[in-house]
Amino acid sequence: MKIAVCIKRVPDTETRIKIAADGRSIDESGVKFVLNPYDEYAVEEALRRKESAGSGEVVVIALGPEAAQETIRTALAMGADRGVLLKTEQRVLDPLVVARALVAEIKDGGYDLVLFGKLAVDDYHHAVGPMVAELLGLPGVSAAARLELGDGKGTAEREVEGGVEVVEFPLPAVLTADKGLNEPRYPALKGIMAAKKKPLEVKPVTLEAGGFDALELALPPERKPGRILGEGPDAVPALIAALRTEAKVL
Amino acid sequence: MGGVLAVLEQRDGALKKVSYEVVTAARSLADRLNAGVGAIAIGPVALDATAATTFGADHVVIVADDHAALYQPHLYVRAVAERVKAKDYSVVLLSATALGKDLGPRLAARLGWPLAADVTDVSVDGGIVVTRPVYAGKAVYRLKVTAPRCVISVRPNSVTPVEKSRTATLQHVVLGLDADRPVARTVAMKAPAEAKLDVAEALIVVSGGRGLKEPANFKLLEDLAQALGAAAVGASRAVVDAGWRAHGDQVGQTGKTVSPGLYFAIGISGAIQHLAGMRTAKVIVAINKDKDAPIFKVADYGIVGDLFEIVPRLTQEIKKVKAGT
Repeated sequence: MKIAVCIKRVPDTETRIKIAADGRSIDESGVKFVLNPYDEYAVEEALRRKESAGSGEVVVIALGPEAAQETIRTALAMGADRGVLLKTEQRVLDPLVVARALVAEIKDGGYDLVLFGKLAVDDYHHAVGPMVAELLGLPGVSAAARLELGDGKGTAEREVEGGVEVVEFPLPAVLTADKGLNEPRYPALKGIMAAKKKPLEVKPVTLEAGGFDALELALPPERKPGRILGEGPDAVPALIAALRTEAKVL
Repeated sequence: MGGVLAVLEQRDGALKKVSYEVVTAARSLADRLNAGVGAIAIGPVALDATAATTFGADHVVIVADDHAALYQPHLYVRAVAERVKAKDYSVVLLSATALGKDLGPRLAARLGWPLAADVTDVSVDGGIVVTRPVYAGKAVYRLKVTAPRCVISVRPNSVTPVEKSRTATLQHVVLGLDADRPVARTVAMKAPAEAKLDVAEALIVVSGGRGLKEPANFKLLEDLAQALGAAAVGASRAVVDAGWRAHGDQVGQTGKTVSPGLYFAIGISGAIQHLAGMRTAKVIVAINKDKDAPIFKVADYGIVGDLFEIVPRLTQEIKKVKAGT
């Protein structure tokens, strides 16, 4: 089974965001970058599928700057076989631009499965996976929290508001992983050492302009300072009064 | 400039509230672009979209097929894309629900248009300008759409539906489409034993964290939610990772980003990744035993103390209020 996993280098979720001097991007100084948390589920799933099939190849593909090589090494340390970095220093605002660049890399790769995390915790598009499915003309399921694969086909479950959709699809297919799909492994020391020797191909890419201009990136408006109404259950009537007469939400 | 097409969403043959939000947003945008508003609803033959006709659309088309009762990506994409081409729409608006987060990107890819995903505001300033929270709301982009056409998904609860005096014309078309390539098919919708509101859609969210001490104690929050009515119970990452609550209930950067009218953070200290997911709530109430907990910095109202004493009292008082009105 040949599996592509598309991953992204993102700021750690504990990062306190600061805006850069240009007012249109974040200040990356001192920011710790990690493998996008949802992509960990995708990498883990790919490894498990290869392991249960007994043979195959897991290829991790990232689009990003030079430093995204480290992110690819993390996935290689988990057990992926080789990596491809589509290298660009361009900041991308339009997910379709990313999807098209990935499709150019994936389309002739002969993959049985193409996996993504359901979203990247930086730009929050939740879009590149389903776009790639559409552009490749392949069946796609987004935000899969359960997955069963059989002979040339599969069943996935995805959580929607107030229920779970059960989706059947033939392979090859494009899936995006939700939290809960599996429990991602930590790279072992042996894996980290092995990852250093695994092939990582760097391919410079030039991206299309995309359909947006960034006017501004700003911190969200500060919330108005609130107030502590008191201590213990005796403060409850004051809270009820505030919610009714001041906030008018009860 | 072509018109604006609002994509409506149904469940079990009835329109969801987000549909009215999307039509309202479409009307508001179209008025500033001096354009018309169409709406499209895709669903089973029994689908009744009449309720969407009073939110400002000029025309509502119902594409009905019992094969489309559940979300079928290939049918939905094709139905909307064909409608866009037939009527030469310039903008497609949909809601950033589970459905919209799949359909929006597919439409953008199919049409070759940029996608502005999960926006909280759409305005016009020499072109369409969208507001997009990124980093789970820790920062906010204002983006100008430079392409002539675009797909925009709007975060649920970020638009208040407004009824208009105009009434749209209603037209039924039969889908009769089938797949022209291998596709994924939604074969079933498993509903939970008891219907529950989703944290991303509810107008009131009652969230709990480690301060609840053990999973069974979430009963306290469920009782409070029930007393409030139309409230969903959410959870912090810590308790979801501990397996106390389902992943779908998690509020925060690796969970859901919510914008309810009223948010209760109970026994939640307020880790940065949790605050990112709920800071756009209109009113935030925090109950925590630690007066220095970061949650009090974003809360409008706070009570310091033992939640096991405070929450039952709060539930009781809310019941009294509800009984009196």
